[in-house]
Amino acid sequence: MPSANTRAVSRGMATAEAAPVLLTRVCLVALSLGGCSADRAATPRAAPAAATHTTTIHIPARLSGVPSSAPDARGRPGNVACVTCHSLRKPAGLPTTMAALREFHQGLAFDHGKLSCGTCHEVGDQRTVHLADGTRVAMLDAIQLCRQCHGPQARDYDHGAHGGMNGYWDLSVGDRTRNHCIDCHDVHAPRFAPSVPVLPPLDRGLARSSVRPHGADRSAP
Amino acid sequence: MTTRRVALKVLGGTLGAGAFAYAAHPMAEWTADLSLDDVLRKHYKELTPEELAQILRRIEAQTKELHGVDVTVRDLPAQDGVLFGYALNLSVCIGCRKCAEACHVENNHDRRTNNSYIRVLEMTQGSFDMERGTADYDHEVPAPGKYYMPVQCHQCDDAPCVRVCPVEATWKERDGIVVVDYDWCIGCRYCEAACPYHARRFNWTTPEVPAAEINPDQGYLSNRLRPQGVVEKCTFCLHRTRAGRLPACLEACPTGARVFGNLLDPTSEIRYVLEHKRVYVLKEELGTRPRFFYFFDV
Repeated sequence: MPSANTRAVSRGMATAEAAPVLLTRVCLVALSLGGCSADRAATPRAAPAAATHTTTIHIPARLSGVPSSAPDARGRPGNVACVTCHSLRKPAGLPTTMAALREFHQGLAFDHGKLSCGTCHEVGDQRTVHLADGTRVAMLDAIQLCRQCHGPQARDYDHGAHGGMNGYWDLSVGDRTRNHCIDCHDVHAPRFAPSVPVLPPLDRGLARSSVRPHGADRSAP
Repeated sequence: MTTRRVALKVLGGTLGAGAFAYAAHPMAEWTADLSLDDVLRKHYKELTPEELAQILRRIEAQTKELHGVDVTVRDLPAQDGVLFGYALNLSVCIGCRKCAEACHVENNHDRRTNNSYIRVLEMTQGSFDMERGTADYDHEVPAPGKYYMPVQCHQCDDAPCVRVCPVEATWKERDGIVVVDYDWCIGCRYCEAACPYHARRFNWTTPEVPAAEINPDQGYLSNRLRPQGVVEKCTFCLHRTRAGRLPACLEACPTGARVFGNLLDPTSEIRYVLEHKRVYVLKEELGTRPRFFYFFDV
C-alpha cells in the first residue's frame, strides 16, 4: 500500500506547476493526508534507545538438586541438593534403564528419545555433565546439552522467539529474565503433560459455545 | 367555548410537564461516581495536561471512596520510535488459558463472569475458521486433533471498531494501540459488532472486583475500574508496556508461545519472528491489517 507521502508526491507531479508552488502544494497535500490517516505516525520517530539493561537466564533449582514433596524449614517447596545423598555413596556406574535404579532417583520418569543416563551424566559428579563429544560442561551450563539436538529451538531461543520471559521488553528501561530450558521442560521427560485449563469463560455470550458459526443451529440458549 | 380551550391547555400543559419530568428523571439518579466535572469535561484529546491530571486524581479519589483502595491512575504517553506488535506461536500453545487468567487479574476484570480480553479458541486441526472455534472447552488440554488459538484485540491498523464509533470514544494511538475512553463511551456497542475478532467486551454491570484483588497499577486508557455500560478491550497492557514492561499474558504463558516487542526495532524479537517464521494474520481478507500475528514453528 503506498504511503501518504508517495501519494502526495504523485499528485503534485501531475499538476506540473512552478517549483515553489508545487512544493507548497505537495506539503499541503502531505499535511492534509497525514492528518486524516488515523494509523500513521503523527510525529517523527526517534531511533530505539540503546539497551542498557541486561537479560539473564533463570537458574532453576532443579540444576542443583531434586524437588522434594516435603517443604523446607521456611515452608518453601523442598529441594534436596545432589550432594545431600551423593556425598555418602559413590555409584559404581550409571545404569542404562530406570528399572536398574536401586538407591537413587527411584520412580524417575524417563521419556526422552533414545538417550540414557550416561548420554549426559558423569559418574560420581553431579555438578558436571558432558556433551556428545565428551566435553565436560558445568551443570549450570546445561543449555549447551539441549542445543546439540534441538538446533531450531536453540536458534529461536537466542532470538527470543522460543521460551518465556519476564520483565521488560524495553532493555533501555529495565532487566529481563529468560526461562531456562528446564524451567518449562522436564529434561527427563520433556513433553508437556496434559493439564486442566483455568478460568472457564462465563460471560453470557458463551453459554454454549463462544462463537457460533454463521447459519449454524442457534437453538442452543 | 372558553372552558374547552382552557381544558385543552391544562391537559397539554400537564402532559408537557409530565414528559419533561420523565426526560429529566435520570438527573434524579445522579450518583456519587458521576460528578458535574465528569459531565462537562472535554474530549480526551482536547484535555490540557492539567485537566488530565485533575481527572486522574479524581478517579483515584473515587476509587478510594467506593472501594477503599489506594490506586495510582497514570496516563503514560505513547513513546517515540515505538510501534507495538505481538506474535503467538500456535505450535506450542496448549490452550491452558493462563494468559486469559493473567489478563483477568491484571486488568481488573469482573470476577463474576471470568471476563478476560483473551478468548482461547479450541480449533480442529486443519481448519483456520475462527467462527468454528469453541472457547468453553473444559477437558484436559491439549486434546488430540485440536490446536489452540488465543484471540485478543489485534490492534488493527485499519480498525473497523474505530470507524464505527459515533462519538470518537475509541481511537488508535501513535504506538499502534487502539484505546477506549471509558468516560466518553456511550455504550452503543457498534464497535463490538464491527470487530471481526470478537475482541471487545461490554460491561453489562459494574465489574465486581474484591477490594483486595484490585490491581493498583492502573492506566486511564487501560485497566482502571470501568463503569457499567461501557465497552472495553485489550490494550496490550498499555500501563505496563508503555513503561517498558512485558504484557501480563506473555509473562503468564507457560510455553513461551507469546512474543512481544517494538516493530520499529530491527533487532527486536517480534521482528525476528516476522522475518523468519511462517506468519499469518486472522481474517486477512478483511483488510484490517492487524498488529497481532500467528506463526508456526515449522
